[in-house]
Amino acid sequence: MTSLTTDFALEVINLKKAFGGLVVTQGVSLAIRPGERRLIIGPNGAGKTTLFNQISGDLRPNSGEVRLFGTDITQLAPYKRAHFGLSRTYQIITLFSGDTLEHNVTLGLLGLRTARWQMWRPLSYYGDLATKARRTLDAVGLLHLAEHPVSDIAYGEKRRVELAMALAQRPRVLLLDEPLAGLSNTERTQVKSLIASIPRETTVIMIEHDMDTALDLAETVTLLNYGRVIVDGERDAVIADERTREVYLGV
Amino acid sequence: MKWIGVALLAASFLLPPFLAGDFYINLASQILVAAIFALSLNLLVGFGGMTSLGHASYLGVAAYISALLTSRYGLGHGLAALISIAGTTAMAAFFGVIALRATGLGFLMITLALSQVLWGLAYRMSGVTNGDNGIAGLTRPMPFGISLESATSFYWFALVVATLAFLMMSIFVSSSFGSSLKGVRDQPRRMAALGFNPWMIRWITFIYAGFWGGVSGLLYVYYNKYIHPTSLSTTSSAEALLGVIAGGSATLGGPVAGAALVLLLKNYASAYIERWNMLLGLVFLFIVLVMPTGIVPGVSRLAAALRRGTP
Repeated sequence: MTSLTTDFALEVINLKKAFGGLVVTQGVSLAIRPGERRLIIGPNGAGKTTLFNQISGDLRPNSGEVRLFGTDITQLAPYKRAHFGLSRTYQIITLFSGDTLEHNVTLGLLGLRTARWQMWRPLSYYGDLATKARRTLDAVGLLHLAEHPVSDIAYGEKRRVELAMALAQRPRVLLLDEPLAGLSNTERTQVKSLIASIPRETTVIMIEHDMDTALDLAETVTLLNYGRVIVDGERDAVIADERTREVYLGV
Repeated sequence: MKWIGVALLAASFLLPPFLAGDFYINLASQILVAAIFALSLNLLVGFGGMTSLGHASYLGVAAYISALLTSRYGLGHGLAALISIAGTTAMAAFFGVIALRATGLGFLMITLALSQVLWGLAYRMSGVTNGDNGIAGLTRPMPFGISLESATSFYWFALVVATLAFLMMSIFVSSSFGSSLKGVRDQPRRMAALGFNPWMIRWITFIYAGFWGGVSGLLYVYYNKYIHPTSLSTTSSAEALLGVIAGGSATLGGPVAGAALVLLLKNYASAYIERWNMLLGLVFLFIVLVMPTGIVPGVSRLAAALRRGTP
């Protein structure tokens, strides 16, 4: 082990994953610096979400390693990774639809507190949780809906709740899986400025199809295809690369 | 308006000993025992999203342990109760490890299989359990020297325990742990990503449900002064599950209403028609069609609609 490892917020080393005969991740390696804004692109089925699922622990790779600030987390359960400062959002909205927006974000905060084991005090006993949840909702522009159940709000608003739940945890590394998917132009602009305003203490790794919006947010870009890293590097260099045009831009 | 409801509810529990005859007081006692049992099952089904078809294990095993310790080994009721609850809770911890390897249908099948093993043992290990004859001639405890032999005194005893159980389980599901549990029921994957340990949350709930299942088992054997393998049977588990679903899972009042419904049908209808199970099936069908979320949520929705309708 070299001391160099701690220079990276997230490292993926030679990750491999196959479902039976279908190889979905073929020796993927990534190194992402603290505070970096990384965009992961690639056609449908390129293995982007599968890669995220292996980083977050929802899937176990067949071989390879995932390191968070130099610590090997490959074998850790997803909930332990959250305590290491890793948060994620989902491509398919995964919220608690019967509960209020405030409760949703509060759960995000509760997950990192020992109060989640408290068996006789109600959630309302921890007043600062509600205060923090409301502050986060305010930051994503949804404070006026705090008391509404998630099932009542619009799709674009749900996307922002997804983001609020993750942001409330003040993660060191944040994985965003298509945060702009299915949004209208206005909503897109809102979410875009929201992502742009994420503090630099948080490293952001984002999968996104909407290149026009996403490229503005990214500093570095990784292009995946058939589970392999095709191009990897500074944004402009990757865009200019011939292989990117070939695989993704279809030019 | 709300207080009238609470007062009516309190009256319906407090008045039977003063108004009704022994038959009805005993029926009310049985409802209380079944209510504790259904409430404990509802921790799994309604709040944890873990549908168990083997919850009778905890009722039956607690009852058998107490019956054996008091009748065969001559232990006092206090000590026997402690050992029986501790043993049942430990069994829940062990069964939980096995059953929680799966979720959904897999979980249901494992709980069913485990309870069938115990039921089979109760039948076959006749040297210990007296098999199909059951264990008869048991006694009721005398807490603080008060005899529980009369219908009325047993009813008060059961009411105190049931109230305590109801409060303890209410606090449990309303706590921040309860929020964790409901979160894991609705979105386990998201909860794990947020830092919750879904398995541990489910396991703790499973043990807690086993504990209260054991408490209901003690009351059950005290009431009947007799224990038979049927108390461990799938029918016994399924009846409680039916009560929980009919009354309204994920509510606190639902299991109580459901348990009352099942027992009333069982005791009343069986006097008039032989196949009371068929009637139960019809009633259940009616509830599922008219109030799919159960009696308690259905009635409270109806009440809310009426209130809106009347200015």
